[in-house]
Amino acid sequence: MDILLQPFQFEFFRNGTLAAVLVGALCGMIGVYIVLRGMSYIGHGLSHAIFGGAVVSFVMAWNFYLGAGIWGFIAALLINQTVRRTKITADAAIGVVTTASFAIGIALISRYRRFTRSFDAALFGNVLGVSQQDVFVVAGVALMVAVIIFFCYKQLLFTTFDAEVAQVYGVRTAWVDTLFALILAATLIASMQILGVTLIAAALVVPAITARLLTDSFNRMILLSTLLGAATGFIGMYISYYIDVASGASIVLLQATVFGIVLLVTALRQRAAQRLIHIHV
Amino acid sequence: MQPLVELDHVTFGYTTSPVLEDINLHLHAGQFAALVGPSGAGKTSLLKLILGMLKPNQGVVRIHGQALDSRTAPQIGYVPQLETVDWNFPVTVEQVVQMGRVRRAGIWPWPRAEERQRVRAVLERLEIAHLGQNHIRNLSGGQQQRVFLARALIAEPDLLVLDEPTAGVDMRTAENVLHVLADLNCQGMTILMTTHDLNAAAAHIPWLICLNRQIIAEGAPEEVFTPAILNETYQADMLVLRQDGMLFVQQKPHSHSYHEILVNPVPGGALGHRVETTDGHPTSTVSI
Repeated sequence: MDILLQPFQFEFFRNGTLAAVLVGALCGMIGVYIVLRGMSYIGHGLSHAIFGGAVVSFVMAWNFYLGAGIWGFIAALLINQTVRRTKITADAAIGVVTTASFAIGIALISRYRRFTRSFDAALFGNVLGVSQQDVFVVAGVALMVAVIIFFCYKQLLFTTFDAEVAQVYGVRTAWVDTLFALILAATLIASMQILGVTLIAAALVVPAITARLLTDSFNRMILLSTLLGAATGFIGMYISYYIDVASGASIVLLQATVFGIVLLVTALRQRAAQRLIHIHV
Repeated sequence: MQPLVELDHVTFGYTTSPVLEDINLHLHAGQFAALVGPSGAGKTSLLKLILGMLKPNQGVVRIHGQALDSRTAPQIGYVPQLETVDWNFPVTVEQVVQMGRVRRAGIWPWPRAEERQRVRAVLERLEIAHLGQNHIRNLSGGQQQRVFLARALIAEPDLLVLDEPTAGVDMRTAENVLHVLADLNCQGMTILMTTHDLNAAAAHIPWLICLNRQIIAEGAPEEVFTPAILNETYQADMLVLRQDGMLFVQQKPHSHSYHEILVNPVPGGALGHRVETTDGHPTSTVSI
C-alpha cells in the first residue's frame, strides 16, 4: 500500500496525476464525437494548428491560453465550414488548415531567432511541470465541456448522427458546430501541456474506438470512453513514475495496449459466435 | 384554400446550370403525392427545397403561406434515403426515434417518462415496439424504414416527406411501406415522396408529379401515366399496360415504335393485348 501511495508525497506527482486523469476523461468524452464524425485526424491536426497559435501568442506577447485558444477555435471553425460548404472532405480540410497554421508557427520561429522559450513541452508534453494553476485550468475546461455536453446532449447526438437531417428537425447545426469547435479547441489547449501536440490525437481517438468496440449504445460509449481515458491517465502516471518513461507516452501506450486487448477479445468472441451459428445451422 | 406547400416559380441549381427550372407546385393538406422522374431529374433537390435544406436561386417556397426561413422551421417529418444513414453509428431504435422530439424535449439528456411513452406508442403503431433496444444495423430493410418513419411521426408533423422509401427493399417490404403510408394518409397526414417504382406508385399513390427539371405533368396515375408524358419525363420509350383498372409501366424492350399496349378482350372472347404503333394503328393482336 505504501508503495502505491509513495509517489503522492510529491506535489508534482499529485498535480500531474490529477491533470492526467482530467485530461484523459476530457479527451475520452470529446473523442467519441470526433470518432463518430469521421474526424479522427482532427486532434492531430488541430494540436499542430494550436502550436502555430502558441508561437504567434509568444511573438505578440499575448496570453498563451487566450492566443492559442482563439487560434484553435478559428482553425476548427474553418475546417467545419470548409467541409460543410465545399466538396472538400474532412481529412483534406484538416490537412490544409492545420498544416498551414503549423507552418505559420515554424515560419515565425525561424524568422525571430531570438526565441528564449522552449516549445518542447508544447510538442511532447511535460506532465511533471504541471503547476496547480494548470490543474485549475484543466479542471475548469473539463467542467465547462461536461456541462455543455450534458445540456446539448440531444442536439450534439443528432448533429453527429446526421447533421443535414438534424437541421430539418429544428437543430441549429451551425451553432452546434461552433460550440463543438469551441470545446474542442479548449480541450486541446488544456491537454497540450500534459500530453503534448504529438500525443493528443491518440488520447482523443483510442479510448473512443475502444469503447466503440465494447458497446453499440451511444450513452454507454460516452461513459466507457470517459472512464477509460481517466483510468489510463491515472495508471499511465504510475507506470511513468515506476519505469521512468515520459508520462504522455506511457498513458498513450497503455491506451493502445487496452485497445489491442479489447480488439483481440471482441474478434475472438465474434469468431466463437459465428462458429456457434454454423453448428446450429 | 391555402396550399400546405407552395413552390412559386422556383429555380435551383448547384452550379450555373439549373437542376430545377421554374417550378410551380401546390400541395394541399391531406394529399398523398409522389414525385417521379429519372435519376438527376431534381426530385431530391425539390424535396430539399421544401425541407429548407436548400435555398432557391429564384422564386419562393412557402409552407402554410409563409416563406421558408431558417428561423421558422416548419413541422416537417423527413425520412431520408436509407443509403445515406450511417448504420454503424452506435444508436438503438429508441434513440433514433427520440431524435424526432429534439425540438420539444427538455434540457436533460435523458427522455422524460412522457417522451418514453410517446416513443413506445409510435413504435407500437408501426409494429416495431419489440425492437426498441436493438441496434439499427440489426434490422431488416422494412424495419429500418419503419424506424425512420417513426422518427418522422413522433415529431407530429404537418407534412411527411420521404426520399425513396421503397428503394433497396424487396417487393413485399415496399408494398408494406406503401400500405403504412396509405393508412397514415387516411388518418389525415399529408405525404410527399419520391420513387422510381412506377408500378407501385400507380397502384398506391393517388397524385403523381412527373418531373424532369420541370414539372411535365401532375394528376392521378391514369391521367399522367401515358406514353407521351412518360416519354417526355424519362426521355425514353415507355409502354403502358392497363389491366382490370390497373396500370403497369414498362420500358420498351426493343427499338420498334410501339405506342401503348392495351389489355382488352380480343374480339372472339379470349383475353389478349393489342400492340399499337405511335400513329395508333394496331400491328398485332396476341392472345394471352
